[in-house]
Formats: sequence, C-alpha cells, structure tokens
Amino acid sequence: MLRTAGIVLWKDLRIELRTRDAVSAALVFAILVLVIFNFALDVNTPEMRRLAAGFFWVAFAFAGTLSLNRSFALEKESGAGRALALAPVDPAGIFLGKCLANAVFLFVTQLVALPLFVIFFDVSIARVGALASSFALGSLAFAATGTLFSAIASNTRMRELLLPLLFLPLAVPALIAAVETTSFALGQTESASFWFRLLLVYDVVFVTASLLVFEYVLEE
Amino acid sequence: MARRKIAIFVDALLVVTMAVAMAMVFFYAPIESEMGIVQKIFYVHVPLAWNAFLGFAMVFFFSFRYLATRDHKWDARAQSAAEVGVLFTTLVLITGPIWAKPVWGIWWTWDARLTLTLVLWLIYMGYLMLRRYVESPERRAVLAAVVGVTGFIDVPLVYFAIRWWRTQHPQPVIAGGEGSGLDPRMSATLWVCVAAFTLLFFALYGRRLEIEALRAQAEALRDDADAAQAQGARS
Repeated sequence: MLRTAGIVLWKDLRIELRTRDAVSAALVFAILVLVIFNFALDVNTPEMRRLAAGFFWVAFAFAGTLSLNRSFALEKESGAGRALALAPVDPAGIFLGKCLANAVFLFVTQLVALPLFVIFFDVSIARVGALASSFALGSLAFAATGTLFSAIASNTRMRELLLPLLFLPLAVPALIAAVETTSFALGQTESASFWFRLLLVYDVVFVTASLLVFEYVLEE
Repeated sequence: MARRKIAIFVDALLVVTMAVAMAMVFFYAPIESEMGIVQKIFYVHVPLAWNAFLGFAMVFFFSFRYLATRDHKWDARAQSAAEVGVLFTTLVLITGPIWAKPVWGIWWTWDARLTLTLVLWLIYMGYLMLRRYVESPERRAVLAAVVGVTGFIDVPLVYFAIRWWRTQHPQPVIAGGEGSGLDPRMSATLWVCVAAFTLLFFALYGRRLEIEALRAQAEALRDDADAAQAQGARS
C-alpha cells in the first residue's frame, strides 16, 4: 500500500512541478478572495484583524475546492483513472498517494500566500510551530475529505458543482478547528489544545474512513 | 400482501395517534407560563427533530449494509430514509424560527443544536443531489452509500466542534433551560407526539419504499418491452 501511495504521490508531484497548475490557480484564487473580503468588509480595523484567521481559511476552503476538483478530472481526461482502477494495486494506496499530494499542494499554497496574508491583514506570527502544525493538519484534513469527495464527484454529471456541496459541510469541524488553531498561532487566543486535538482526530478519522471505502469509489 | 397489511395498520395507527396527540397539544397540555401559546410548537418541533436524526442513523446503517451485501433493497431503504429525514429536518428548520422569534426575539442563533441541524441538512441535501447526478444505478448506489457512511461519521465531530466553539464565543441570546422541569402533562403530551411523529416517519418511509419498488418494476417492464421490440425488428 505504501509503495503504491509513494508512486502515485510522486507522479502527482511531478506533474505539478512541471505545470504548477494546482498551486498557482489556488493561490491566485485565494488572493482574489482576500482582496474581495477587503472591499466587502473593510478589513483594516482592529476588530477585523482579529478575524484574520477566519478570512484566511475561508479563502483556502474555496481555493482548495478548485485544486481538488482538478485532482481526479486529471485522471478522467486521459483515461488514467480507468488504468488506475484496473491496476493490480491496493486502492487504499492510490487514495493515500492522491490525498498526500493534495495535502502538499494546499500546504505549499498556504506557505506562499502567508506573506501576502501578513501584509494585507497586518498580523504577526506569534507561534511559528503552532502555525506550521495548524497549516499541515488543516491541509491534511481538507485533502482527506476533499480527495474522497473529488473521486466521488468525478463520477457524476455535475462534478465541479457537486464537490463543494458534498465536501464543505463535512469539512465544517476541520474548518472551525483550523481557524481556531491559526488564531492561536497569531497570538489572538490563549490556548488551542482542544482544537489541535480535534483537528488530529478529524485527520485520523477521515484518512482511515477514506482508506476503507476508497475501493468502492474507484471501481467502475 | 403482508407488507400491504402492515402499511394499512401503520396508517390507521398513525391517524388515531396523531388525532390524540393534537387533541392533547391543544386541550390537555397547559399553556406555558412565560412563552404562552407559541410554546405549543415544541410538541411538533422536537419529535420532528428526533425522527430526522433517526432517519440519518438509518441512512448510515442501510448504506453500510449495502456496501457489505450489494443488495439493492438496502440502497432503496437508505434513499427513502434520507428523503424523509431531509423533509423532517426542513420542517425542523422552519418550525424552529417560528418558535424562536417570539420567544428569543430573533429568528436564528448559531447555537450548537441549531447549527448542527443546519449542517446535517446540508450534508444530506448533498447526498440526495449526488444521487440525482449519477446515471448508472449501480454506481449511484455505491457512491451514495459511501457518502451515507462518511456523512454520519462526521456528525459527532461537527457536534463537538460547534459545541466547543459556542462555549468560547459569547451567545447572543440567553436560551432558557429548555426541558428543565416540564409539567407532567406537558411531558405526557410530548411523548404521545413523539409516538405520532415516529409513526408518520415510518408511514412516509414505507410509502417511499413502495414508490421505489414500483419504479424498479416499471423500469424492468420497459426494458423487457424494448428487448421484445428489438427482437421483433430483427426477425
């Protein structure tokens, strides 16, 4: 399973390194959302700055659906999805590879967007370790749920529309926990141990559940 | 035929129980001292909510069974339970604000239970929409079952997240300790209402299953007719 996962992950990373499609699209979209927030809500007030983590994660929830949509559309286009389903490998490995690749894309997008975010919202990073773990755990949470639902939605007529409808309600706990842990990292709240634990539990639950059900999603 | 008899029995029981329940709501249960007459909606709201949750638990169980057995009856059951569950949740979300506005002064508050209900509604609306957009019945059943299982696993996580979030952020209204010290006549009425709405749930669920069976039958007949026609054209 791990070997399959490694191969799929490396394949997706290589495609991304050559095209830079997922990260650049998500990044531009996230910046766009942050700019729109600025106009819609006039964010340069102290009260609004306290909500910075919320703006950041909302931007990434939407930007994430963009790159997640692409994750399996890519396989469908070239017929690679069928080849993957036919290949005599563990479906769980394919899921793990895709999921880790998506998590890496989200995480990298966040790291690149971070300086802009700091400039736009005039926030300071009080706890670097907490920020890194918030981004990493949050990206994995979105990727785990998102990869499963992206695979499901890619089977339907309305794939671009259906992914956010299925994925966002289920990602509510992850989104809340990600916002709270990032707030903590920015020094706006005193403690976030509950939220880190919740995010971790969410990651474990959804990665495990997806590993178990992915074989059903992949078959044709 | 036995199924038909059960359906008629459930319907008859439903009519009687619902009549008794409504009579108790309006003539037996005392009028709440602070909220007044509007509190009567409680007897509809709460049983609807409980049965909606029951419906979603059934979707989970049936989806799980479907993945294990690949028997289409489980898929039909999951779909029927989801549809009635979403209908009940919609009614919960409508009766809730009608009750909240006169009592709390606002239509909506992001309280843990309200938010959870709304998120559940969204999850299972997604489930029903997914069913509409998959052509092959085989694939539809499998994909829907996967969503039916993962969606329900998410419920406790959503609940804890929202609850903890609520305790950290100040609440806009002070919701009185609902359910605390119910008058015995009120709780008796509530339980009869719960029975009535549970019967309503299963009556609707049974009807929905019947429709699904008829639809499958009609489809099989149409396929037969198509096949016969194709054969006739060939000879």
